[in-house]
Amino acid sequence: MIHSLFLINASGDIFLEKHWKSVVSRSVCDYFFEAQERATEPENVPPVIPTPHHYLISVLRHRIYFVAVIQSEVPPLFVIEFLHRVVDTFQDYFGVCTEAAIKDNVVVVYELLEEMLDNGFPLATESNILKELIKPPTILRTMVNTITGSTNVGEQLPTGQLSVVPWRRTGVKYTNNEAYFDVVEEIDAIIDKSGSTITAEIQGVIDACVKLTGMPDLTLSFMNPRLLDDVSFHPCVRFKRWEAERILSFIPPDGNFRLLSYHVSSQNLVAIPVYVKHNITFREGSSQGRFDLTLGPKQTMGKAVESVLVSSQLPRGVLNANLNPSQGAYTFDPVTKLLTWDVGKINPQKLPNLKGTMNLQAGASKPDENPTINIQFKIQQMAISGLKVNRLDMYGEKYKPFKGIKYMTKAGKFQVRTYQHFLMVQTSM
Amino acid sequence: MSASSAFNEEKMGSSSVGEAEYAYDPVSGKIFSSDYNRHDDLKEMLDSNKDSLKLEAMKRIVAMIARGKNASDLFPAVVKNVACKNIEVKKLVYVYLVRYAEEQQDLALLSISTFQRGLKDPNQLIRASALRVLSSIRVTIIVPIMMLAIKEAASDMSPYVRKTAAHAIPKLYSLDPEQKDQLIEVIEKLLADKTTLVAGSVVMAFEEVCPERIDLIHKNYRKLCNLLIDVEEWGQVVIINMLTRYARTQFLNPNLNESLLEDGGSGDKTFYGSDEDEDDDEKENKEKAEAAALAKRKPYVMDPDHRLLLRNTKPLLQSRNAAVVMAVAQLYFHLAPKAEVGVIAKALVRLLRSHSEVQFVVLQNVATMTIRRRGMFEPYLKSFYIRSTDPTLIKILKLEVLTNLANETNISTILREFQTYIKSMDKDFVAATIQAIGRCATNIGEVRDTCLNGLVQLLSNRDELVVAESVVVIKKLLQMQPEKHSDIIKHMAKLTDNIQVPMARASILWLIGEYCEHVPKIAPDVLRKMAKSFTYEEDIVKLQILNLAAKLYLTNSKQTKLLTQYVLNLAKYDQNYDIRDRARFIRQLIVPTEKSGALSKYAKKLFLALKPAPVLESPFKDRDHFQLGSLSHLLNAKAGGYQELPDWPEAAPDPSVRNVEVPEWTKCSSREKRKEKKVEKPFYSDSEGESGPTESADSETNSASASDSASDSEQSRSSSESEESDEGSESEEEKENKNKKKVVKKAVKESESEQSSEEENRKLEKKIKQQEKDSETVSDDEESDSESSQSTSEDSESEAEVKKKAPVSRTPPKPVKKEKKEMSLLDLDDFEPATSPQVTPISTLLSNSLVTDLEGLSLSDSVLAPSTITPSGTLKSYELLHRITGEGLSVEYCFGRQPFSPDANMVAVQLQFTNNSTSETKNLHMKDVKLQSGMRVKEFPEIELLPAGDTASAVMGIDFCDSTQAANLQLCTSTRKFFVSIQPPVGELMRPVFLTENEFKREQGQLMGMNELTEKLILDAKYRNEHAIVQRVTTAAHLSRVPCGSDNECRFAGRTVTSGSLVLVTVATGEEGVAQLTVNCEKMVIGTMLVKDILLALTQ
Repeated sequence: MIHSLFLINASGDIFLEKHWKSVVSRSVCDYFFEAQERATEPENVPPVIPTPHHYLISVLRHRIYFVAVIQSEVPPLFVIEFLHRVVDTFQDYFGVCTEAAIKDNVVVVYELLEEMLDNGFPLATESNILKELIKPPTILRTMVNTITGSTNVGEQLPTGQLSVVPWRRTGVKYTNNEAYFDVVEEIDAIIDKSGSTITAEIQGVIDACVKLTGMPDLTLSFMNPRLLDDVSFHPCVRFKRWEAERILSFIPPDGNFRLLSYHVSSQNLVAIPVYVKHNITFREGSSQGRFDLTLGPKQTMGKAVESVLVSSQLPRGVLNANLNPSQGAYTFDPVTKLLTWDVGKINPQKLPNLKGTMNLQAGASKPDENPTINIQFKIQQMAISGLKVNRLDMYGEKYKPFKGIKYMTKAGKFQVRTYQHFLMVQTSM
Repeated sequence: MSASSAFNEEKMGSSSVGEAEYAYDPVSGKIFSSDYNRHDDLKEMLDSNKDSLKLEAMKRIVAMIARGKNASDLFPAVVKNVACKNIEVKKLVYVYLVRYAEEQQDLALLSISTFQRGLKDPNQLIRASALRVLSSIRVTIIVPIMMLAIKEAASDMSPYVRKTAAHAIPKLYSLDPEQKDQLIEVIEKLLADKTTLVAGSVVMAFEEVCPERIDLIHKNYRKLCNLLIDVEEWGQVVIINMLTRYARTQFLNPNLNESLLEDGGSGDKTFYGSDEDEDDDEKENKEKAEAAALAKRKPYVMDPDHRLLLRNTKPLLQSRNAAVVMAVAQLYFHLAPKAEVGVIAKALVRLLRSHSEVQFVVLQNVATMTIRRRGMFEPYLKSFYIRSTDPTLIKILKLEVLTNLANETNISTILREFQTYIKSMDKDFVAATIQAIGRCATNIGEVRDTCLNGLVQLLSNRDELVVAESVVVIKKLLQMQPEKHSDIIKHMAKLTDNIQVPMARASILWLIGEYCEHVPKIAPDVLRKMAKSFTYEEDIVKLQILNLAAKLYLTNSKQTKLLTQYVLNLAKYDQNYDIRDRARFIRQLIVPTEKSGALSKYAKKLFLALKPAPVLESPFKDRDHFQLGSLSHLLNAKAGGYQELPDWPEAAPDPSVRNVEVPEWTKCSSREKRKEKKVEKPFYSDSEGESGPTESADSETNSASASDSASDSEQSRSSSESEESDEGSESEEEKENKNKKKVVKKAVKESESEQSSEEENRKLEKKIKQQEKDSETVSDDEESDSESSQSTSEDSESEAEVKKKAPVSRTPPKPVKKEKKEMSLLDLDDFEPATSPQVTPISTLLSNSLVTDLEGLSLSDSVLAPSTITPSGTLKSYELLHRITGEGLSVEYCFGRQPFSPDANMVAVQLQFTNNSTSETKNLHMKDVKLQSGMRVKEFPEIELLPAGDTASAVMGIDFCDSTQAANLQLCTSTRKFFVSIQPPVGELMRPVFLTENEFKREQGQLMGMNELTEKLILDAKYRNEHAIVQRVTTAAHLSRVPCGSDNECRFAGRTVTSGSLVLVTVATGEEGVAQLTVNCEKMVIGTMLVKDILLALTQ
């Protein structure tokens, strides 16, 4: 299925290649470079590019293009999903997935790729199995390896692949048995100029960090499972149990994993925790524009809104901005025209405000478009949907694990539009 | 290799070579490739006998390969290390070998023998990796060796090796397509495999080698459907895609009737222009369908297999893997009845949260779906709203979806949303939005004017691109009703001074030309201006100038004659031949000369013919003739290796081809026969091992929910192993089959109250009947079972069913017979009346707890239970009290192997009291138990009256603390006391546990050394078969059989009753009856005694 993989960095160098079938010349990437040139933005390179003899399917992560070469019909998502899995694995192994990290660990990368695909068909993609096959490099291990000449290839052949719970390593042992669950919810919203919500939805995930000895069997139940409208599970979750009882029952993988991602039903109104007052205007004839932005909390159930970051792509005509933040710091990049304001925490008593003028190119006409404001924020100890974990139980092992659950709400794709509708007559129907 | 030895080596070597080795960065391959001496250096390192040096060298070489540098000249030096002991060196050599073998075929052959040796290795993982590398070496000469290896591996007992064999098939096929026929045989064989591990890989091989051989799927269809949920995610994608194609050839179109019904009432559809074509298509289809339907006039009934597929794929919509979700979505889109397709929308919308590449592919498919099934995505309209941070590719696709979703009810919302997009900074996106508005306007008549007005306002936009795009769209809209909009045309004529975009200029010119009669004054002026700038215009504009000139000449020759001729003259000398050509053509056509033919008369008709309005339609229209989710669909072109999605058949092919013959052994009533089958075919036992764990996982869930502590669940499980529960669940199943809703409790109560032999007989009859029915019920059960437990494979179900039946149907007659025999050994004349079965009274005692146990059990649990074989009929009785010492009262005891429900740590002891005296015995009870420390006893309930000549039985529990020390008890009647002692054989101090093969191996690995006892023995010729061994071992010790891949090993597992230490027993048989008995147990005393006991049992 997947013939070859090329890793291309932002400057267009192929810095790693791997072939699973006969070798495909790296000149095939020229088609990719062509498409890259055509695309204005890096993320606008089409994920699927047909060439006379091959098809290139690529993903862009961490400013690295992962370009897979395929020769015949294969579901494109199959390849894309796999490539993302490769990136996730690298990240898992090296902490970051950068060109430098990959180059430093080229042998491990190669060993991983060798295990992940056989003849282009995925073989072992579960991180728990891979870690049994190839031990992730740590500073200590690298040192020990250099001194003793021992290897980071597992001495013992893994049996996980053969078991019924392929996602869990065998023979796990911990002195401290702990299981932590993070309920993280993200609000995706589009707010229009007047402050009313055009669309808002909550996407949540439960990320787990489970370090338990042996083969524990966990069940996790919610106070209000009906909230969850659409869910997708880690393969370890027993689907039937969920269908019948709305209880998550699973033998967890070892370490970090995403247990569940969910979507909160759209019938429920989504509480929007911040509001934005803005006034961004350009006047005809003058080479100056006014900028005034105030943020405030709303429907936060008394929790503080933290790590607030506002960013906005100002119109091309803007030369520079002369602004005055009441708190935090702002930057304006005159090349990309990107304005970012690191607000920090919102104090309800003294609302953060950013005010000032923008200078336009002399003689340029007033920009047509008004910017969109993107907002990032975090609220600790609250799941905005109101989802609550009821209890977590463990069966199958005798010890008492330490359990912890954390809630957090974040902004996902949270946008505030500042532009007016153009003067199209409102349709009367 | 061990780390310490490496360390020593390194120490010694570091002074000489090691120093130099660290002097340079191992990754910087550039240095090496430029300098050949360095390669010599690498060769030297590879030749050295130190693993660390070899490893270092290999790492550098791999780094070179990774950067695409040529390292082929090192081939001989590297290949030598193929048999290196160090695992990492070996792996890296494999990497190298696979990369360069094709270029150095002769040298590569040197390595083959290593792999051939590896293929014979006892370790399955080594076998698999040897096959994997061997098949990856693309050297034609070894094709026969590969073929042989694949064939052998395909019948390997390890499913992992079989999986690797499946992977090797496409490799060999691409190397030598002539092997196809042989490979198909292997595929056929592997398709029959029942393990989830193999399923995905073999279907992938099937798709690559012989996708046209759909007939191979028939027999495996149901199995694949049932296994699907447990297959790994990548395999799921492949299987689902294949099954989609399969279903299209085998089942009838579920929407046939609906489309007929809709025939009359499709008024809402014809409303929109874009649907017209579709309607035509549909009409054709409908006509066909109608004909077919008329011919049959049969209501559509969905094939149960079709239903099975839909039902079993649905949960996978919840997969975390986008490819799986997409595969299910396309399956539903292509196969499901209209009413059911909706379920996929939610899952697909969820994928829109994923990476942008995933969004891209999903949106492409959603766009196609929205054309056919708009209603499905309408509730999710807002999920397709565009954010300024989306990449342009995504924006444009979302726009496409929004446009497809537009209808009269939501158009105002959509248009309002579109308006905001116009203000975006991304100009490509703005252009696409304008196009989208145009399409909405053509599709929905009510908003046409609104849109047109809006677009006209855009004409005054400062951005030229926006204006140009608007012009193009307005042109298309105006074509629909030009007479109303002459002012717009006038407005556009003014734009010619400003707009530079050729396409827009051309559009304006065309509009003016086409409707020059509506703007009689302006048109000639425009032509005048254009004539002036003609030479600077783009070709596309020039052509339109010619067009305009010709049209004006025809309608208004007075004013424009000269201008036209001027333009034609300019065009005559244009550089572009197309324009010269057109000029010549137009001149001949419109300017009347004596030579001009008949055509010039029709010039006006030719140029000013009424042109049909353009249809603005989605580029995704009709893309669904490609299988959704496929590469071909995405590219809208057939990709290599794409398998067409077949049309539904007119009449359903014979559905019986999918009927799987009930495997022979399910039919045989006696267990012996089945066992023999197992010996012949290691596959079955293997698949048992595979499917077992999934069941156990389920049962764990259930038991966990039923009871809190692990020991409880253990107990409920082991209790389900007893015959009673068999009966209980059996009757439960019977009820289910008959669709009578009777509760289990009742069933148990029945057996509680009426213990008459009549009842017994009736049950027996039922069972026999059902066995006869078996072959037909299998398919039915599948239906009902797969609903309740989708994870259990078809086979394990039927297998389990039979298992359930086998012991039950056997028990009633057997114990009687055996008991008689054994009792007679003790005392011949005494035991005449005591023939009533010993087992039944116990059920009264146990039933209470049984009821609770059964409540917690679901079907899947009871499926599990019988897999531990209890030799129920062969319980050995021991004498507790002889009738002479007991003054007429004799007591015997045996270990019933029931779990003792009041206390799981106790062994249940069945007591059988017989009053041989002439007077009745009263108040039989136990008293003053003298016990070793730690031992506990749960007394049996007092028997108040035992009439003369009568027998009674009772159960007591003893916690022996895992020792074979006797428990000394005092048995009292109203008149006397007897001191008795019960000594358990070691085999009774344990209870069976269910382990999978892997678990067994793992546990065994942990119980090595002192905890392992091995004994050699020679089996009697008669008892060499597996069944005899199993029979004997399980008689000697209360253990359960562990499924096992190899046919010359029998494994058993149990736990000691009190401490729960594992007891693992392995009997490996060799040639000539030589066998080896291995017992692994933490408790060495128990282990030693058990070895003795089993040895005795086996060699008797």
